Amino acid sequence: MGQENKVSQAEMAIGPGHGAQMEESPYAIPSRKFTMWLFIISDAVTFGACLFVYGYLRVATPSWVRPFESESVITVILMTVILITSSLTMLGAVDCSKADDKAKAMRFLYLTMGLGALFALLHIREWIGLIHRDITIGSGLFGQTFFTITGLHLLHVISGVIALLVVGAKYSSGRLTPSHVETAGLYWHFVDLVWMFIVPLVYLTNVAR
Amino acid sequence: MSAAASTGIAKYLPVYVVLLAIFFVEVFLSLRNFSTGTLVVILLLLAGGSASLGLMYFMHLAEERRSLFLTLIPVTIFVLLMMNMIWSDSVRLLHMRPFPQ
Repeated sequence: MGQENKVSQAEMAIGPGHGAQMEESPYAIPSRKFTMWLFIISDAVTFGACLFVYGYLRVATPSWVRPFESESVITVILMTVILITSSLTMLGAVDCSKADDKAKAMRFLYLTMGLGALFALLHIREWIGLIHRDITIGSGLFGQTFFTITGLHLLHVISGVIALLVVGAKYSSGRLTPSHVETAGLYWHFVDLVWMFIVPLVYLTNVAR
Repeated sequence: MSAAASTGIAKYLPVYVVLLAIFFVEVFLSLRNFSTGTLVVILLLLAGGSASLGLMYFMHLAEERRSLFLTLIPVTIFVLLMMNMIWSDSVRLLHMRPFPQ
């Protein structure tokens, strides 16, 4: 009969107040933040694969298309400045949310979303310009690699803006904490980091001469 | 107190400026007459530098425990380097050039 009162290890693990019985994280960060790091690493490998493919094809193909005129270079400069600045505003949002200044954190978040949306619009404008010059995803190796890599990145930017919108709305209404804002910020910085590799490899090595 | 200082982003401004500076150096170099291979290597090194700065200071990896850095970064670099081995073969196949006999 004494068996009925015994609690198994599994039951202890799922029961209330089990946190104190669990081991401390070796990284001393919340699990959601660590999960985001794991996602970022796997995504970095995905982008790495795309960029490696691009790099090999680019170097191995002598007759590679170089479509970017000065106007495109200026657009890319603008896009890069916008994205790096959006990382800075995201840092402002994270810092303000940690300091419990919700109004200022939200202002920074809106600014980050606005910059992200502006980046996406400029990106689409750049795409349309190329498509009008008959450079499409089906027009050869350049088109295939360019639209795949930049498309994947654009998808990340748009997803990031939507994620920031959702996190911002829930943080504003008190359903999410500053830790959630910080985790969303990690993703946003990652999108910025990937762009730092895409610009030199995909744009700057293809400037028309 | 300036607006930047009051919002806490002032401490990130030096990194922000360095990131922009590296980017403008990249643009400048791309307009010079380097061979494609040389340009790719130089730009990749500069991009690696900016990514490291972003990773350490914008993503705060420098402030986390070293165990997090050691768990994530060497593994990622290893996987990327191993990909480097595979893709050279895929390019060779694309051009229908089998291994020399």
